[in-house]
Amino acid sequence: MSEAAVVVARGVRKRFPAARGGSEVVALDGISLDAPAGALTALVGPDGAGKTTLLRLVAGLMKAEGQLRVLDIDVAADPQAVQNRISYMPQRFGLYEDLSVQENLDLYADLHGVPRQRRGERYARLLEMTDLGRFTARPAGKLSGGMKQKLGLACTLVRSPELLLLDEPTVGVDPLSRRELWEIVRQLVDDERLSVIVSTTYLDEAERCARVFVLHEGRLLAQGGPEDIRRPARGLCFVAAPPPGEPARLLQARLLDDTARVIDAVPEGGEVRVIRRPAARGEPAQEPGRSLAWRPVAARLEDGFMVLLRERRPEAEAAPLPVPSATAASGEAIIEVRDLVRKFGDFVAVDRTSFTVNKGEIFGLLGPNGAGKTTTFRMLCGLLPASSGFLRVAGVDLRTAPARARRRVGYVSQRFALYGNLSVMENLTFFGSAYGLHGERLRARIAAVLAQFGLETQARAASGRLPGGYKQRLAMAVGLLHEPDILFLDEPTSGADALARREFWRRITTLAADGTTIVVTTHFMEEAEYCDRIVIQDAGRLLALGTPQQVRKQAGETAAHRMNMEEAFIGIVERGRRQETAEATA
Amino acid sequence: MSESRSGGFWRRLVSLTRKEVRQLLRDRANLMMGIALPIVLILIFGYGLSLDVRNAPVAVVLDDASPVARDVVAGLSTPGYLAPRVVGSAHEAYALMRAREVDAAVLVPADFSRRLAAGDAQVQVLLQGADASRATMIRGYVAGALASWSQKRADRGEAAGPGAGRVQVVDRMWFNAANDSTWYLVPGLIVLIMTLVGAFLTALVMAREWERGTLESLFVTPVRPVEVLLAKIIPYFCVGMIGLALCLAAAAFLFHVPMYGSLPVLLFSAMLYLLVALGIGLVISSVTRNQFLASQVALIASFLPALMLSGFMFDLRNVPTAIRVIGQILPATYFMELIKSLFLAGNNWPLVARNCAILAAYAVVLLGVARLVTRKRLD
Repeated sequence: MSEAAVVVARGVRKRFPAARGGSEVVALDGISLDAPAGALTALVGPDGAGKTTLLRLVAGLMKAEGQLRVLDIDVAADPQAVQNRISYMPQRFGLYEDLSVQENLDLYADLHGVPRQRRGERYARLLEMTDLGRFTARPAGKLSGGMKQKLGLACTLVRSPELLLLDEPTVGVDPLSRRELWEIVRQLVDDERLSVIVSTTYLDEAERCARVFVLHEGRLLAQGGPEDIRRPARGLCFVAAPPPGEPARLLQARLLDDTARVIDAVPEGGEVRVIRRPAARGEPAQEPGRSLAWRPVAARLEDGFMVLLRERRPEAEAAPLPVPSATAASGEAIIEVRDLVRKFGDFVAVDRTSFTVNKGEIFGLLGPNGAGKTTTFRMLCGLLPASSGFLRVAGVDLRTAPARARRRVGYVSQRFALYGNLSVMENLTFFGSAYGLHGERLRARIAAVLAQFGLETQARAASGRLPGGYKQRLAMAVGLLHEPDILFLDEPTSGADALARREFWRRITTLAADGTTIVVTTHFMEEAEYCDRIVIQDAGRLLALGTPQQVRKQAGETAAHRMNMEEAFIGIVERGRRQETAEATA
Repeated sequence: MSESRSGGFWRRLVSLTRKEVRQLLRDRANLMMGIALPIVLILIFGYGLSLDVRNAPVAVVLDDASPVARDVVAGLSTPGYLAPRVVGSAHEAYALMRAREVDAAVLVPADFSRRLAAGDAQVQVLLQGADASRATMIRGYVAGALASWSQKRADRGEAAGPGAGRVQVVDRMWFNAANDSTWYLVPGLIVLIMTLVGAFLTALVMAREWERGTLESLFVTPVRPVEVLLAKIIPYFCVGMIGLALCLAAAAFLFHVPMYGSLPVLLFSAMLYLLVALGIGLVISSVTRNQFLASQVALIASFLPALMLSGFMFDLRNVPTAIRVIGQILPATYFMELIKSLFLAGNNWPLVARNCAILAAYAVVLLGVARLVTRKRLD
């Protein structure tokens, strides 16, 4: 047990009693770890790994078996003593939405007993760091998602705690706000030697931490510095360009299916990045008739994590999908949007936006929180009328015949919007009849989607109790029952772990190859790489439109200075904002 | 942190209370419930449900054709109160009753004049019991009219001998034969409004903090659970007292209800009851942790019973035992009894002491439970 550990856990086990009809949930299964003082510690892992539970235990909000000492205090015996000395930012920071930014800060300063004379300086610094200085009188409820998160952080930091706990501070936050939040945290660690424990699903964030604990399904999978986590993937990572004229996602799909030789494959920067199996010697793969020029690349933390994860879950449980060899993308426009405007009162949510989506394309909508993605998306699906502009979906003018257009589109919402207490079969039957299918045709379509999404074995299971990945498959199966020309997916991968996301995109690749047009929103910037074309929106305006490569180029990518999607995104949004400020002052 | 514990307590309490007051003032739904709804209730009860019965139609059946019996009809004719209308037979009167064309029927039996002379004359009064309070009023009018009729006869010297000439009214209430309640409007209204503000509004506030996740952030600060609870109680206690003030003002200036008991005692007992109601609300809120559920539970467990089972609507002496037992479990019942007595009967000290003690016990227990269920724990 080291002197300098702020948190010492020995065999911590947390079980939650069985919910009705379910079984007991083991959230943490014997965790032992030491978090160092004066440094940044990351808890990484997919949803359901036990990160939040562990942080709540450290904060004294729950009791568990095993030993847990925080700041050398037995937290189970005296939670208040710990709570007096730490600061904690829960995943959903409870801002009082009726109170202004200043009032929220004052409340937490009062509760933490920050002396009045010290507040002025502290507030000034926090407001400057969070860039909230202009909004002190605004009610917290009227801030954007990223601003709320920054205010939450400011409230937790009204004083310098001996230990700062941050539970997924960047979840649901766009890349710009994410970067800003991390800058604030790093500054505090550097300036004040603050001990911070942060949980995150973004593995790239863990690269900046001194110590990383990888959690998976309640167990500690790996621990150490970032280089320790990267080690298992060292020497296994390669990059190659796809054959000319083919989108990277097709090669990626074929490689991902080659589980004997490949651990993981993702499209990246127009190329495919692969982790090969250690047992498979040499380069990852060659394709008959086509030579791939593999370049070895340095392993990242995410690569190491994928290697660990595949060891745990060796085979994907899904049935093999048809291997796509070509895209179905054509030059024929299936969605046309011209000068689309949507106002809510005085607020312009979508401002004169124009683009077209071609048949068989995968089209991505990207943007920070409040950019107008969701509003645009809803108008495309016919769920929200446009204030003005032209909108044609599947050959139907949405302003005059929304119902007819809706029959040609499938929609999968962000939240699980099916009936949890109905079985898979009952949900399919119900939604099928809602789309107007019946009799033999309905039966045939249900059989087809059950097979397509590998749901046959689950047909009788209650939908609400399906594991997360199956829920999403069911949602997509429902969206595709009536064989729509276009499938709309709203944030389909939020909350999914890396493996589930790979599987999701693998399906989308096949679906698109079969001719279904896909329109998708996402806040994982790297997922833009799966898209044929993307738009980037900010503050209602369309800032960029094109293939991922074109968008990167627009952001200033050169052969010498390669960018990932996230950097390109930040570059474009920042440039857009500068332009707007310039226009406003001119 | 070198500050003393108690210094921290007051600073945190003031800060939390200030936050609570701000939230209360900024949330329009809260203000509607706390201030506007009591006003609406007062107006509905004051003007919508008028206590005055004017020119009530009454069927009179004269089975006795004597002049004395016919004089009864003249006696019943009290402009502004009763509008008697002679009908041919009891059957006809029953038909009018069923058709709700008359509020009451007065049956003067065939032996009326004979028995009047003997001093034990009877008339039967049938009342529309569906509207109990109206029936009670009309019964009072009929009895009063007959009493003053026989008094006048006595004054005119038509009555012979002591006791002779007195008419006994034998009444039977139709459709609600058990009715024997007196309708106490204002005291009941006070109980209702205090329950509404205390239990219903506070049931929402803790649940809202759970729902919005604000408690999780609040818990990991030096805040103690008791401070969170006190900060909830203080503002809503004030809102409840404003509701009480509105009711008392309405009682005095709108309805001119006399108050025989002492105002300080009334205020004291109201404060006790308000604490009880706040305790109920906080317990519901902390246990359900969900605003929708909390509001439903608060409605079913506090407001509706206070309306139906505390003696506000139905006299508890006349309900089935099971319901009476439930009524006697309700703290609202004891406050209802006390406040009725304070308004209309004066200071019944044994009752005041007993009911105040019961209310205080409830307050201590409920607030204690609220403290126990409000722990800084998420599991």
